[in-house]
Amino acid sequence: MSAIIGKKIGMTSTFDSEGKSIACTLIQAGPCVVTQVKTTEIDGYEAVQLAYGEKKEKNTPNALIGHFKKAGTTPKRKIAEFAASFKESLTLGQTITLADVVAEGDKVAVVGTSKGKGFQGVVKRHGFSGVGGQTHGQHNRQRHAGSIGACSFPARVFPLTRMAGRMGSDRVKVKNLKVVKIFAEQNLVLVSGSVPGANNSFVYIEK
Amino acid sequence: MSELIRFVEQELAARRTSLPTFKAGDTVNVHVKIKEGNKERIQQFQGTVIQRRSKGTSGETFTVRKVSNGIGVERIFPLLSPALDKIEVLKSGRVRRARLYYLKFKSGKEARIKELRTNTAKA
Repeated sequence: MSAIIGKKIGMTSTFDSEGKSIACTLIQAGPCVVTQVKTTEIDGYEAVQLAYGEKKEKNTPNALIGHFKKAGTTPKRKIAEFAASFKESLTLGQTITLADVVAEGDKVAVVGTSKGKGFQGVVKRHGFSGVGGQTHGQHNRQRHAGSIGACSFPARVFPLTRMAGRMGSDRVKVKNLKVVKIFAEQNLVLVSGSVPGANNSFVYIEK
Repeated sequence: MSELIRFVEQELAARRTSLPTFKAGDTVNVHVKIKEGNKERIQQFQGTVIQRRSKGTSGETFTVRKVSNGIGVERIFPLLSPALDKIEVLKSGRVRRARLYYLKFKSGKEARIKELRTNTAKA
């Protein structure tokens, strides 16, 4: 698997060769810098750490400034670690561009943090269908969950029972998105379909 | 809209330059490519443009209305679709609105649109 860090720009649409309209998401990805190469001998596992996006030095903690200096680069906004099975072995300080990771026509997976929805009920959060109709004594519980368990046995609610709560802001991966077009000069890639998260949020493109 | 999205839409809309300019009220003849199995043929749809929607974006569409055997028929075409072979502008109409929905409720002589006389036509 190879990967790159990017930023979701927004959505647009285009036409494929058959004339069908396809919804697309525009992502600005890379160039990323390899800021650490983790090895089994030193770290106990293999991984590659990539960094993306410019950041002012005055807003960076000294510890991180040192970390970036080691890789010979300026402070970066986003750091992420990926399993180290890139095509070629990467070296510290190496720059990865979009073209190194994806090509037009590829199928990629995009990872992002979904939009936060706040405290939501079971109908929106888990797809429950509510408590039936509006009559037969339902005066104020159309969107409730119903029963969450039996009585004296088991005398408890089972763990992971689906209830209302915070929804969204989760790490979400969308697989099999087709790379429609690449604008190498602007570091832009157009993928088919939608991508989790708000515009301008960080996403990872994995292949 | 983001500058980057605008840039990408411009890059992908190379067709736009080859399209004629037309607006609501104009009479157009749209040549549509239709696939039947392996064969491809051209179908024509001639009528009045009653609206253009999402102007300037990749999702721009226009609606063409015609009255066929006494029945009003409206077709919505994506402007940048590769399925559109050609758009011919036959007449430009003098209208005061961008959306000519009122044509739906008029028939016969009432549903006519006056032709726009441009200065060049006078001279």
